[in-house]
Amino acid sequence: MADDVIEAAADTQQMNMIQAINSALDVTMDRDPDVVVMGEDVGYFGGVFRATAGLQQKYGKNRVFDTPITECGIIGVAVGMGAYGLRPVPEIQFADYIYPALDQLVSEAARLRYRSAGEFISPMTVRSPFGGGIFGGQTHSQSPEGIFTHVSGVKTVIPSTPYDAKGLLIAAIEDNDPVIFFEPKRIYNGPFDGHYDSPAKSWAGHAQAQVPTGHYRIPLGKARIARAGEALTILCYGTMVHVVENTVATMGIDAEIVDLRTLVPLDIDTIETSVRKTGRCLIVHEATRTSGFGAELLAQVQERCFYHLEAPIERVTGFDTPYPHSLEWAYFPGPVRIREAISKIMKD
Amino acid sequence: MSDPHGSAGGEGQAGRNLPPLRLHVPEPPARPGEAADFTHFDIPAAGAQPRPDETAQPGEMRDMAYGLVRVLDEEGRAAGPWDPRLPAETLLRMLRYMALTRAFDARMFRAQRQGKTSFYMKSTGEEAVSIGAALALSRDDMCFPSYRQQGILITRDWSIVDMMNQIYSNKGDRMKGRQLPIMYSAREAGFFSISGNLTTQYPQAVGWAMASAAKGDTRIAATWCGEGSTAEGDFHSACTFASVYRAPVIMNVVNNQWAISSFSGFAGAEATTFAARAVGYGIAGLRVDGNDVLAVYAATRWAADRARANAGPTLIEHFTYRVEGHSTSDDPSAYRSAEESSQWPLGDPIARLKQHCIAIGIWDEERHAAMDKELAEMVRDAAREAEKNGILGHGLHHPMESMFEDVFEEMPWHLKEQQQQMLDEWKAAGL
Repeated sequence: MADDVIEAAADTQQMNMIQAINSALDVTMDRDPDVVVMGEDVGYFGGVFRATAGLQQKYGKNRVFDTPITECGIIGVAVGMGAYGLRPVPEIQFADYIYPALDQLVSEAARLRYRSAGEFISPMTVRSPFGGGIFGGQTHSQSPEGIFTHVSGVKTVIPSTPYDAKGLLIAAIEDNDPVIFFEPKRIYNGPFDGHYDSPAKSWAGHAQAQVPTGHYRIPLGKARIARAGEALTILCYGTMVHVVENTVATMGIDAEIVDLRTLVPLDIDTIETSVRKTGRCLIVHEATRTSGFGAELLAQVQERCFYHLEAPIERVTGFDTPYPHSLEWAYFPGPVRIREAISKIMKD
Repeated sequence: MSDPHGSAGGEGQAGRNLPPLRLHVPEPPARPGEAADFTHFDIPAAGAQPRPDETAQPGEMRDMAYGLVRVLDEEGRAAGPWDPRLPAETLLRMLRYMALTRAFDARMFRAQRQGKTSFYMKSTGEEAVSIGAALALSRDDMCFPSYRQQGILITRDWSIVDMMNQIYSNKGDRMKGRQLPIMYSAREAGFFSISGNLTTQYPQAVGWAMASAAKGDTRIAATWCGEGSTAEGDFHSACTFASVYRAPVIMNVVNNQWAISSFSGFAGAEATTFAARAVGYGIAGLRVDGNDVLAVYAATRWAADRARANAGPTLIEHFTYRVEGHSTSDDPSAYRSAEESSQWPLGDPIARLKQHCIAIGIWDEERHAAMDKELAEMVRDAAREAEKNGILGHGLHHPMESMFEDVFEEMPWHLKEQQQQMLDEWKAAGL
């Protein structure tokens, strides 16, 4: 599949991220009768976040169906459907529930092409809402992307806008390898700048909320420069892109914000070019710090840009604790901690 | 530190004169040095089991999960409603496939002992489970096997040289030497890539069957696991999915009594049968003499007809015995009675079918001996052929850079970079 093909679609419509995801599913199901959607509550009801609303009514129960509450079973069944020749898009209701499916994802879906030398493949896309900021406590807030980026044979994708969510999800579904597609649920309905006590914003009027109604792909493995700048490079993805954008704007600093969009495969060229230009690098993610994806980013930047660096690379991440409920806003890597890290990097 | 829940056996319990609780840790009937003991098995006479209609409601046939379908009796006669009444030609094919599987196992076990490969797993005593099922299924039905169903590939006339290439992990191995020996994959033979992780294939088979049903196809799926791994969550997820969607799938539990050194009691055999797992899920359950290839054939055919009639899945327990060690890395004399395999009350599957064929006048000892000799020569010649492609550890493997292929459909930059780095390092080291 040619990654450089982005098909233009003439008609656009304002969508929030849920609507964009729903539209991606609709478009791919319409084009390919082998695409099937499955998961807990995704059928008649349309999903607890409404991402699959209307799809069963449109495509029938053979292609959009509710499943028993067994994540192991959902992913195992999706592996078998993929071996048959279907292109399953299972939903795991919250990323926090994905752990019972780990063996089927890690030892089966991710390894099938390799161990059978291409006789069997697992072209599934696992959609799952992830991340915090919704008072979900430790079982509805986690960011387990680092578990999957550590696994050979699976791609990991995280959008930050409605436009990206649709284009990346279509690319993921059409990809012939298994893709973990984590959806930052805090920004389903509007961008979140990290100021939890401010009134919630919607996607209305946001440039990235004008979404083509038809088919288009954003290639996997290509980052987006969310803001061009010269002072420092900030690597982030998902909800944190918006928190970083707001913090940078508030500080009035000329940062270059790189929205990674795909963690594996990583767009190393964009990262390297940016850090070589700015000489400074901050990494921001919600996930816990130790062995988090930020550690890999830090190692890559150090290996490739060491002689261009003018300050130590910093990380702002979730703490190495379970996600707390009442102390959510102390845990969340918000504007205060990002501002402090930027100031520290810019001091030298 | 205070205990918020109060101390164990707290004040409220004192003086209540309750017996101390006991933990039950299962123990097999016989250990090394002891006589084999099969007195706890209830083995009904051949032909005694009723045969329900293929579309019977699971609730109407629960007894089948606790009985034992048997066709061949002690004199080699086929009896009762489960007798598949196969033509002589099919019976002799069955016999030949079972004998070929055993000859193949013997040759490959020896190859491992000779240092030609790292690992092997024999299916001795369990040949009927694979061969009976494979003959009862259609050639295009999809099999999701575990690691002891080499008989399926052999029954589907798959190249034994190809199987040996995989075992030797040599340059002729289509899997490029990536998998442990015997973890075959043969898409053209309807044989799914074997995983080393247990029972992961169960929900996959159900998913394949669901896809076939959703597409209005006519092919069904079958899967196999051992009794030990019915304890895995995947088994129960698969049973739930199979029941909920009435998937056209046959789920086989090969109860060979031993999971490495753990006897079937550690998977729940002291409490009930494995076929009885079906009862709780509301699916059809059959319990079959797994050393009686006619019973295996008949049960599989029943389940296949049921699935094709959209009457739902079947769980079949094949009651058999693992005659050899778990693998070449295992020595069963360290944990079980040495007499068990020779005294197994359901006999040997090949000997029983041979006895039947002789009894009905289509076979004799001379022909059997000639067949065994021919098959031994056949596998010897095949092994020589495969060894021309190399044996494990003797350099004739796929090139080292092939390690990075097939991780993804297209190799991403980080794998290309690691591949190049490896080649550069070896070159720099003068290798």
